[in-house]
Amino acid sequence: MNIASLAPLAVVLPILGAALTFLLIRHSRAQRAVSIGLLSLTLLLECFLMAAVWDGGTVAVSIGGWIPPWGIVLVVDQFSSLMLVVSSAVSLAVLVYATGQGMADGDKDAPVSIFHPTYLILVAGVSNAFLSGDLFNLYVGFEILLTASYVLMTLGGTGPRIRAGVTYVVVSVVSSVLFLISIAMVYGATGTVNMADLAIKLGELDQGTKTLLHVMLLVAFGIKAAVFPLSFWLPDSYPTAPAPVTAVFAGLLTKVGVYAMVRTETLLFPGDTLNTPLMIAALLTMVVGILGALAQSDIKRLLSFTLVSHIGYMVFGLAMSSVVGLAAAIFYVAHHITIQTSLFLVTGLIERRGGSSSVDRLGGLAKISPLLALLFFIPGMNLAGIPPFSGFLGKVGLLQAGVELGTPLAYALVIGGVVTSLLTLLAVARVWNRAFWRRPADAEHPDPVLLAAPGQPVEEEVLDDEPVADGAGRTGLATPVLSRAGSGGSSTLVRSTLMPRTMVGPTAGLVVLGMALTVFAGPLFGLSDRAAADMLDRGPYIHAVLGEDVTVPGAGAPAGGGK
Amino acid sequence: MSINLALLLVMGALYACGIYLILERSLTRVLLGLMLLANATNLLILATGGYSGLAPLFSKDTAAGDYNDPLPQALILTSIVISFAVTAFMLGIIYRTWVLAREDEIQDDVEDLRVAETPSFDAEDDAEIPAETSEFPLTMLGGDGQDISDHGPGSGDGDSGTREAGARAHGGTDTVVAGDREMPTEHAAEEEKPGSPNVKPSPEGGGQ
Repeated sequence: MNIASLAPLAVVLPILGAALTFLLIRHSRAQRAVSIGLLSLTLLLECFLMAAVWDGGTVAVSIGGWIPPWGIVLVVDQFSSLMLVVSSAVSLAVLVYATGQGMADGDKDAPVSIFHPTYLILVAGVSNAFLSGDLFNLYVGFEILLTASYVLMTLGGTGPRIRAGVTYVVVSVVSSVLFLISIAMVYGATGTVNMADLAIKLGELDQGTKTLLHVMLLVAFGIKAAVFPLSFWLPDSYPTAPAPVTAVFAGLLTKVGVYAMVRTETLLFPGDTLNTPLMIAALLTMVVGILGALAQSDIKRLLSFTLVSHIGYMVFGLAMSSVVGLAAAIFYVAHHITIQTSLFLVTGLIERRGGSSSVDRLGGLAKISPLLALLFFIPGMNLAGIPPFSGFLGKVGLLQAGVELGTPLAYALVIGGVVTSLLTLLAVARVWNRAFWRRPADAEHPDPVLLAAPGQPVEEEVLDDEPVADGAGRTGLATPVLSRAGSGGSSTLVRSTLMPRTMVGPTAGLVVLGMALTVFAGPLFGLSDRAAADMLDRGPYIHAVLGEDVTVPGAGAPAGGGK
Repeated sequence: MSINLALLLVMGALYACGIYLILERSLTRVLLGLMLLANATNLLILATGGYSGLAPLFSKDTAAGDYNDPLPQALILTSIVISFAVTAFMLGIIYRTWVLAREDEIQDDVEDLRVAETPSFDAEDDAEIPAETSEFPLTMLGGDGQDISDHGPGSGDGDSGTREAGARAHGGTDTVVAGDREMPTEHAAEEEKPGSPNVKPSPEGGGQ
């Protein structure tokens, strides 16, 4: 037995963690230790999984020992293991950040105790969706992560969150029902829900039925991935959630939709029947999304729109159904999960330090907190695709694939991609100019927290439940000795409540991870290339699940069919 | 071996009612619509199990092909559990909406409305860029030495506009602001003339 047969643990460990943290609901310290510990363990395990399949080789694990076409299988290949590692790394960083936030604010007014179990269930659902080799199990994975996300979205039950939660829940449930209907129809047409088995049996259907099933699955996944005409719900619902929750949603949930779309396009319905509509959807997603971002003044909403916009790049890479395009799309997914999450985490820090997430009310943050400026600047430029960073590499890969394809539509997408990239730069630069570069005095109705100069003893800034530091700050003005002690004391206090190390640390970690994607872009692109070639070939996946003696139908696979 | 038409008709009616209901603005009706959709889908899954009249249970006399497919029923069971959880959660949300807002309707997104109402002109992004952006307005003096045309007619950048107005009002003599100091307008106008003899350019600009 090789290490890859430990794949089910990637789902089981977080669920176990959820159960444990639920039992420890009154002991917040133990709860934190358990959830962070178990998630780190999961991440470690997934790194081993990725190492095991790094050079190729797909591994399938039958759950409960049932033979594949009937039982449920979990499949580890390069794409799913890469997604697992990136998503777990990101969720670990967000978990540490959220824990830090809970510790800094005091746990008394937020239902943080329910946060840890729900969050771990979300992670389990994401892992299950990435690993699943069975269409219905994929549905269950989606439902696990969605149900957890409903709870996280409406955490605290305040008015705006409930309002946003209603939109989110209704849209998600409708997309789940669509998915379930497609599963029923697929089962009715083929008599199986095993994806490898489906890959063979769907090919034998007539073209009309195939297109119907294909479109229904793509629409269901398109709602989750927020592809343009189906993306309206995302910018309305994401920004109101707590900062770490928005960050993990933005990073992971839409990418699970993209992952499912990739599997649909490559494994279930290979060929190019729907490539033209997909490309048009990709173009519209990019352009409409980024135009929406330019109209926003709230950073969280702006980032939600850029999230929609950049989904377009991934759909573009997917729609070309060439190895180069798919490889670039895979790289782009990994890059985008990291960058988008770190930007949302930084926005959470901006909101704490500046008192608001609206660019109109912010100013001078570059001077107030250079570290914060750096943490925003690097992923911001990375998102816009400025040369040294991974965003640039991913975009260049996509553009190259588009030029290689050479159809007029592909050229239109290449142009659209460049324009979107420039407009993203404009959107990020607007935030940068206003929130970071201009004087705080130029901000409209700035928050008192922003105006308080650093290093000064500031009474308003200190939380009301800290009378000692408050008093020290005031008396410090009278006597020089006390002044030094007072101002030092209150400024460290300010730093610890506004920018706690436990929140800056994970954010910085994610920014570094984003830069590591740039540094290790070579091996990563190699991995995505192999993953894309394997997925378009379909042979390795089907053989891993159903055994070596199955003939893979070569219809439509550009790589020239099975082995 | 017959298709169960009644079941299919019920399924169609459930889908129709469900879709009608989720298009409503009232949350309770949306929830009812979602429940109908989920149940219609369960019937659809059931219909994929095979024709009615097939054997549901194992017995030694039945041939292998004459069994009803049990897998759809397992799938339905899962989907019932999931839709149960979602329905419970939605009821909770609807109750909370009622407690908070005393209404059952889906509310508009405030931030969306605000963005829609924002004028397309943005003072910071779209204001006319002054022809001369330097801190030294001397090069833009009008011919009479009175009017500072640094910011174009009529549109003054608020900050320095008021400073100039203040400078003009205070004392009897008109002054202009050059950098961080003031000088009488006559001197400034004198400096403006080409080849003016009294100009000894100081490092900060303007004359001594």
